[in-house]
Amino acid sequence: MDLRYTAPEQAFRDELRTWLAATLPGVGTPPPHDDWPLRREYDLRWQQLLFEAGYAGVDWPAEGGGRGSSPVEQLIFKEECERAGAPYVGVNFVGLLHAGPTIIAEGTAAQKERYLPAILRGEEVWCQGFSEPDAGSDLASLRTKAVRHGDDYVVTGSKIWTSHAEVADFCELLVRTGEERNRGISWLIMPMDSPGIEIQPLRTIEGTTEFAQLFLNDVRIPVANRVGDENDGWRVTMVTLSFERGTAFVGELLECMRLLGELHHIGTRLDLFERDGSWLKRIGRLVAAFDALWALTKRNVSEAAQTGVPGIGGSVFKLSFSEHAQTLADLAMEMLDTAGLSADPLAGLNGPIGNAEQVHNWYKSINLTIAAGTSQVQRNIVAERILGLPKAR
Amino acid sequence: MDFRVSEGQRELAEGIRTMLAGRLPLERIRAREGDERAIDADDWAALGDTGVFTLTLPEPAGAGLGLADAAVVFEELGRALVPGPLVGTFLAATRDLVPGAAEGRAMVAVCGSGGPPWLVEHLTSLDAAILLPAGGMGGDHSLMTTISEAPTAQRIAIPLDPLTPLWQLSQLPAPPNLDDPDQELFGDGAILTAALQVGHAAETLDLAVAYAKEREQFGKPIGSFQAIKHMCADMLVRAEVARAAVHAAACLADAPDVLAAEAAAAGTTPFVWQQRAVAGAKLLADEAAITNARVAIQVHGGMGYTWEVPLHLHLKRSRVLATTFGTSSYLSTLLGTLLPPPPT
Repeated sequence: MDLRYTAPEQAFRDELRTWLAATLPGVGTPPPHDDWPLRREYDLRWQQLLFEAGYAGVDWPAEGGGRGSSPVEQLIFKEECERAGAPYVGVNFVGLLHAGPTIIAEGTAAQKERYLPAILRGEEVWCQGFSEPDAGSDLASLRTKAVRHGDDYVVTGSKIWTSHAEVADFCELLVRTGEERNRGISWLIMPMDSPGIEIQPLRTIEGTTEFAQLFLNDVRIPVANRVGDENDGWRVTMVTLSFERGTAFVGELLECMRLLGELHHIGTRLDLFERDGSWLKRIGRLVAAFDALWALTKRNVSEAAQTGVPGIGGSVFKLSFSEHAQTLADLAMEMLDTAGLSADPLAGLNGPIGNAEQVHNWYKSINLTIAAGTSQVQRNIVAERILGLPKAR
Repeated sequence: MDFRVSEGQRELAEGIRTMLAGRLPLERIRAREGDERAIDADDWAALGDTGVFTLTLPEPAGAGLGLADAAVVFEELGRALVPGPLVGTFLAATRDLVPGAAEGRAMVAVCGSGGPPWLVEHLTSLDAAILLPAGGMGGDHSLMTTISEAPTAQRIAIPLDPLTPLWQLSQLPAPPNLDDPDQELFGDGAILTAALQVGHAAETLDLAVAYAKEREQFGKPIGSFQAIKHMCADMLVRAEVARAAVHAAACLADAPDVLAAEAAAAGTTPFVWQQRAVAGAKLLADEAAITNARVAIQVHGGMGYTWEVPLHLHLKRSRVLATTFGTSSYLSTLLGTLLPPPPT
């Protein structure tokens, strides 16, 4: 057990910190949440800057054109970016974290050449077509159908929870090509300008359009766009998921720690702690929880650095983090009292209250126990795969 | 950075586990339930001979290990329900406060000075007690007295934990100040107590999972029902999160350079940063131990409520440990207070 960073790790951090300090002032403020064309432009611009500086795809292996950094360096990268207030991965998420790694692992030479450089350089945006209205936690039951017609698949069905579909160039699409549940799925690259794609934005709890539902009506996709063998798409998908190195929620965790610090400031400014000692206790509990999750992250990353997989980390981390993030959000709302009823920034006797970002976080946190595997599915995973309890299904 | 439990640490844990299974199996420990003396003097000496109390002393007096290694060992002691004032004796031995503590020839308890009531564990077996500062962590110094100077004491007929005999003192003796202010004593004690708690949390998890696999109702193992699975999954999460926190706090105690660097990056002092790590670790470990014991009892159903099944011993010991080196109320308030004030 050693928390000491090696000299090369420290050098990587120092170099990155210097670059961020020099680069971020020129990046500008992020566009409004709902303006997807502007968000695309902003996020791609950030990816271009990363690429020019040699930081594109820190978590990609060198053979995919990435930096091939160790999991510890990936952790340092995310930590420094978050602490410096750098833009988030944004619309580059699916390309950099799902589609790209899948193509690296399973794509043909031609597919790698066509798609990977454009992701790294910040030229093309990907979205994800996995979940369906009737296939959520039970993803393998998906029904969007692909029928072979000559050199094309003709695809019909519907996909849901597709983030930034409006501004995506390609979609990583799971389709049914065979009868067998897990062995009848194929992984396709769908150009988003193909005829027959209808995009219907979905409105979230917050009132924003974070994601969309896709309706696919006889969309023709070349067979050459299939990654991996026909009916082998489930395995191909799992390969991507195993790229996760224990750093999936580092940005969110550090953001929660920052928001907790801000909430403490809000309490001080509103003079809450003098009147009621329980606020400090509840803040203190969250300090303990987030600090511990940071330690657990270091443990998972260390595990991944040695073994290639983040040990028992991912699900354990997500279960605990998502619930503490919600506890933080609820505590913020209680402390803000009526100021929490406004998503607009408010001012009190001592200047700005700081309510807006806490309210925004309250909305966002609700999704954390649902997205990327509900907490109930995560508990099943922990119970069955780690503790060895019998499967009921 | 490599924050995994190292190969050497795994072997250390394995060694202690084997030693305890041979010397102090559960039947032997349980045979003393309700006794005035909760652990045999020879067994205590065997712990001393194994080096449990001198792990962090430089060789040849000790094993020359760090507090992180000690945390790994104390987790095993907690798992195995080893009774006796383990943490107090470790602190006395590593600071050379009481002759014989290092070898397991003396027993030294810790005692909070915040009473009344003033309760001392294992009193008639003790050679000394360390009085913890009433102010908790960051108190300037800890105080110690030899127990022979203690005033009248009354044995508690029914202590919460049948393996932690208790006495009530009519008043605290006026103890001499330690010559040397020891700011690390409270923190080290809290980390090792938290390590014991992680052991309890891990053991009750294992007991619950084993029972859920073997106990059948409605024609199948109860562990195949999601209601039970999810309880077990949450127990694992609690234990793992707490263990990571305890190990991080211990690593920081072992590496002043890392502590200084992290504190500087967080814009605070090393002392505050260490306090924060320790308090968080103890808070989470206490909760993990107590909650996991309760949930394990629930998984066991009616059997969990019996004296026979050892889960109540873990629950009761966890309660005892939660009262030393900072209660949840003290620790959570401290953690809230340690956050930096708003910029002016």
